[in-house]
Amino acid sequence: MEFALSEDQRMLQDSLKGVLSEAAHLDRIRKIAAGETGEGAALDAALSEFGLSALMVPEAAGGLGLGALDACLVQEALGYDVAPSRFLATAVAAKLLGGKVDILGNIAGGEAKFALALTELFSRRDGAGVELKGGKLTGKSLLAQSVDGATHILVADTAGAVHSVEAAKASVTVMQTIDRTRTFHEVSLDGVAPLVSVTPDAGAIAFARLLVAADTLGAGQAMIDKAVAYAKERQQFGRVIGSFQAVKHMCAEMAAKLEPARALIWHAAHALDIGDAEGPMMASLAKAHLAEVGTFVARTATEVHGGMGFTDLVGLHYWYKRIGVNRQLLGSPEQAREAAAQLQGLVV
Amino acid sequence: MKLTLDPQYEAFRAEVSETLAKNAHLAPTSEDKGYKNAKRIAWQKLLIGSGLAARTIPKEYGGYGAEPDILKSRIIAEEFARTRIPGPMAGQGISMFVPTLLELGTEAQKQAYIRPTIEGEMIWCQGYSEPGAGSDLAAVRTSAVEDGDHYVINGSKIWTSTAKQADMMFCLVRTDPNAKKHEGITYITFPMSTPGIEVRPLVDMTGSANFNEVFFTDVRVPKSGVIFAPNKGWQVANATLTHERGMLGDPNATKARLLELIALMKTETVNGQRLIDNPVLRDRLMKLQAEVYAMQANGLRITTSRLQGQPAGLAGLVVKLQGCDLNHEIARLAIDALGELGILYEEGEHLRSDGAWQWRYMYDLGLIIGGGTAQIQKNIIAERGLDMPREPKLAKA
Repeated sequence: MEFALSEDQRMLQDSLKGVLSEAAHLDRIRKIAAGETGEGAALDAALSEFGLSALMVPEAAGGLGLGALDACLVQEALGYDVAPSRFLATAVAAKLLGGKVDILGNIAGGEAKFALALTELFSRRDGAGVELKGGKLTGKSLLAQSVDGATHILVADTAGAVHSVEAAKASVTVMQTIDRTRTFHEVSLDGVAPLVSVTPDAGAIAFARLLVAADTLGAGQAMIDKAVAYAKERQQFGRVIGSFQAVKHMCAEMAAKLEPARALIWHAAHALDIGDAEGPMMASLAKAHLAEVGTFVARTATEVHGGMGFTDLVGLHYWYKRIGVNRQLLGSPEQAREAAAQLQGLVV
Repeated sequence: MKLTLDPQYEAFRAEVSETLAKNAHLAPTSEDKGYKNAKRIAWQKLLIGSGLAARTIPKEYGGYGAEPDILKSRIIAEEFARTRIPGPMAGQGISMFVPTLLELGTEAQKQAYIRPTIEGEMIWCQGYSEPGAGSDLAAVRTSAVEDGDHYVINGSKIWTSTAKQADMMFCLVRTDPNAKKHEGITYITFPMSTPGIEVRPLVDMTGSANFNEVFFTDVRVPKSGVIFAPNKGWQVANATLTHERGMLGDPNATKARLLELIALMKTETVNGQRLIDNPVLRDRLMKLQAEVYAMQANGLRITTSRLQGQPAGLAGLVVKLQGCDLNHEIARLAIDALGELGILYEEGEHLRSDGAWQWRYMYDLGLIIGGGTAQIQKNIIAERGLDMPREPKLAKA
């Protein structure tokens, strides 16, 4: 028995963190948030060079064939530096389109870039929802991810199937969220024929949710690290504030909640990798749990920073907003918990 | 990442399971009450002889004498949990005093105490906390003054569980009032029958006396009862406390509680609806289930660290705080799910689960406070896990 990361997994995460510390430094994140597209392109280039697009594509299709746990480690590193990336969309596309070797080859090579328009699998609001009629897709999807620069969009229809469409055939408009580092779009289709259609299994949906949880894990860990560092430096009443129990206990509470959450993500990812029947259920629980723990950490770490945490000067708000968006993305914590209850037969 | 066991361990599991099945009819039942019940002692001896209790304690002291193997210990615990067959005896003597003695005791002390303790013939209680020494344990004031081959003890202890039943006490006393706080303490053992010891039950919020107060008036105890060395008691106590913290917050016990709660919510109904069919209650259940899975996975991580001889770091430091709190929250939800009937206690026609949930909701709060309060745990996490500074010491007036 060994419940730990392998040497390869640690190396994968460490080397990506190394790349990100240069390519996703806070100055660049600020510029990306301000809409400087050149900066976003520079980050994309660095991540492409690292080879993110091929990681999750099976070896038979020219990829590295890594698993859910590896993907979580990558996403955690991206979350740690609040780096916008299309990795999540790419990984989920590779999972959903497993078996379509030609498409997967294009994903690995970077020729095909997928966006995700899956929100309506969980929630349909404001008349959203895409219908398949006579082999054509019509309707709209809200809060689609990674639409900028995409060649294809994976769209969920109202019956729960997922279709790949050419991005050029969709009309898209930006939806402004609290998180300016990542873009979200409303996608409209008017009689577009799908290129490929698949029916996602519970594992694929749970995998997408688990990646969102891993992103929050990384962002939450960064906030704890920043809060602890600040508390050891900032002085008031003639001593560093980290020596006050009130502040120490806030930091301890954050760590006490986040550290077991890390193990939950590892366990859920491993369960998905080995095809354990509990895998999708655990991944849904992890999505909900990281939403709760992340929200607690985001708030508490900001408070440890005092007034500075509230300002734009230290930039802590990028992590706060990243966690805030992740909480709602691909289903609220309540929806993820209900999915977990359904997956274990507790809902009649 | 590999959660399956090697074939040798699966074979070991099969062996354990077979031994338990073969002997299950000899296990004590709820009828066999009391600390020195003959059936319980016979069962304990059978478990030791089969390598299912006192497994790593050397044969010469009455144990089974196996090499330590974390996975085998884990398999044994899992098999007892799975089969619900009563497991080995626990208690402060077996769980805390024996490991301490093995580490720091003399050969004569090991020969005298280990066998009867692990066989359940000798019951121990722990004399640590005092009215003025709780979280600040090193502030103990109970004094022990030398008088020839003896010490004469005066003072009092509190939170002493099993003091009424105990044959012996292991106790922290102040032997050098002039030394620095941590350097004048001695760890000493003596019979509870020694003249001058008075035990008063301390009734707690559960309605029963799970703890006691113990008063010492000129209690003469032989110096041969000292463990390790005079004035080195703080080191000895720390060895023991390490063993105690390991006992609190076990995720497998928490998982069992959660399964009990799920079973309750599937069978209980209100207004004709099963509790599990109430979406609000179900959501709360799923919240707790996520935490239970997290603590279980965290436990797997700690086990792996121990197998690799590595420190468990933050994963280890958070167990007592998170585990005890989670147990309390599980009891809270069970009470809420039972609604008005959740307030019933001890006996009566409408009582559910023998009143266990209310009892746990009270007793588990005791565990959040005992064995190092939640606040002390947070200090430990911050100082040892996050490398944050200690509270500055107050200047002496």
